[in-house]
Amino acid sequence: MKIIVSIKQVPARDSQLRTDATGRWIQENDIGFEINEPDAYALEEALQLKEKHGGEVIALCAGPARASQTIREALAKGADRAIHIVEDNLALFGTLGVARLLAKAAQPEQADVILTGLQSDDLGYGQTGVVVAELLGLPSATIIMAVEKVDGGIRVKRELEDGWFQNVEMPLPAVLTIQSGSNKLRYATLMGIKKAKTKEVKRLTTAELGVVAAARASIERIYPPQRNKQTQMIEGTAKEAAAKLVEKLRFEARIL
Amino acid sequence: MSGVLVVMEQRGGVWNRMSWETLAAGQQLAGPTGLAASAAVVGQGIGTLAEELARKKLERVFAVEHPLLGAYTADGFTAALVQLLRKANPSIVLFPHTYQVRDFAPKLATRLQQVLISDAIGFHVESGAPVFVRQLFQGKLNADVKAAGAAPHFASIQAGAFRADQLEDGSAQIETFTPELSPETIRAKPQEPFRESARAVDLTAAELIVSVGRGIKEKENIPIVEELAKALGAELAASRPICDGGWMPMERQVGSSGQTVSPKMYMAVGISGAIQHLVGMKGAKTIVAINKDPNAPIFEVADYGIVGDLFEIVPALTEEVKKAKS
Repeated sequence: MKIIVSIKQVPARDSQLRTDATGRWIQENDIGFEINEPDAYALEEALQLKEKHGGEVIALCAGPARASQTIREALAKGADRAIHIVEDNLALFGTLGVARLLAKAAQPEQADVILTGLQSDDLGYGQTGVVVAELLGLPSATIIMAVEKVDGGIRVKRELEDGWFQNVEMPLPAVLTIQSGSNKLRYATLMGIKKAKTKEVKRLTTAELGVVAAARASIERIYPPQRNKQTQMIEGTAKEAAAKLVEKLRFEARIL
Repeated sequence: MSGVLVVMEQRGGVWNRMSWETLAAGQQLAGPTGLAASAAVVGQGIGTLAEELARKKLERVFAVEHPLLGAYTADGFTAALVQLLRKANPSIVLFPHTYQVRDFAPKLATRLQQVLISDAIGFHVESGAPVFVRQLFQGKLNADVKAAGAAPHFASIQAGAFRADQLEDGSAQIETFTPELSPETIRAKPQEPFRESARAVDLTAAELIVSVGRGIKEKENIPIVEELAKALGAELAASRPICDGGWMPMERQVGSSGQTVSPKMYMAVGISGAIQHLVGMKGAKTIVAINKDPNAPIFEVADYGIVGDLFEIVPALTEEVKKAKS
């Protein structure tokens, strides 16, 4: 089974985010970056599928030079090789443009299955996988908990809302977005980290892929959310804060 | 005709309640943009649903019917809606941001060389065009997002962002639309939806809930929070990562993939408040948040907040609750 897993590098989860001078994005110079967590689960699913069925796992990532760290980590965990679409200004491409880049880079590989996370922790559009599938003319399924090989294709377990699930069968090749949490993430081994240094990373530019930046939706400005509620912040030592909260729950909210 | 078209969601003749919230959004968008709102329902045997829709203030109700739309498939729904959109020619198409919409709406938008502005929590209108508000970075920041280029523009609306009780009644003309679909173009073969196990715990009936998230760090630490729940006489619940990790049973999960609760009090311990969690609990009457990160989105919905180390605060709170109750 030849598997492409599309991964993204995003600001680290606990980053303190501040608006940049344009007011349209965050300051990136003083924060850390890491793999988008949902994509880490897609990578894990890809590695498990390879262990079960043999084949190859190719990590595909669009991002600036700093994304090579995230790619290196994916290789250390067990991806066989990687494709890095190097671009500093991905925002100019928009969701559709980025999906075009990924689709163009994926196409010559003729993979059996393309996996990605169900959404990104930064933009959170939750649609790159489906858009890539449509651009490549492939069937897709989203929020997948399990993947099983069957005659003529795969059977996937889709999560629906409110505790419901559904099995869906589809032919290969196909694109799947993987639900977070259904597998346990592995750590890179020392051997894996060492091997990663010798694995192939193919670098491509947006010009080589022939995709022109033209976003169909643009961020006009970003800003901290307005509070809908008046939140009372309770200060003091742990003991003081606990006592004050209990007081408020008893006499103000009248819960206790 | 051009206007706002709301694509409603139903399964087996039962509405997804988020559809009504999105319909309210559609009506509210129609006014300031000078457009008329219409709605569509897709499926098989949906006559009664269309009649119910037609009692709302809408210009038109499209009943998109075909035997191949009885069970949802991304291929079937996309092909049917592409044909409907060519006929109805709306400027703006709204969807409820459900799991099903996430499965097909980006495909539909892509086929028309558009993007879906997904999971919007609101909009304002600037020179006749909508600017949608979305959450970035798991709710830490908001963004104003504007569609560029020719219509139709697509957006999906987050659960709870609009209120279904603000829907205006009226009467609309029903138009049945039969798309041309052939079975060989539908590549996925869906089976019947199922539930894994009967729910032993009904959190929806709980008056008080103490819920625990990633901040608890290890399974071995959960008893600290359990003690507090016991002292309060509250049900213990958890966010998704805790249940995924097997630290608590799935049936105690609150959020879009778990239970939706509205207790008298919801206390979130070490839960940052990802959107998927907030939609499951923001209806609680009083919300208390304990978290080490002062910028955690959970504080946006909290009535009372304590910023600090839960391993110090929770035991202190348990003591104070016991004292108050004795």
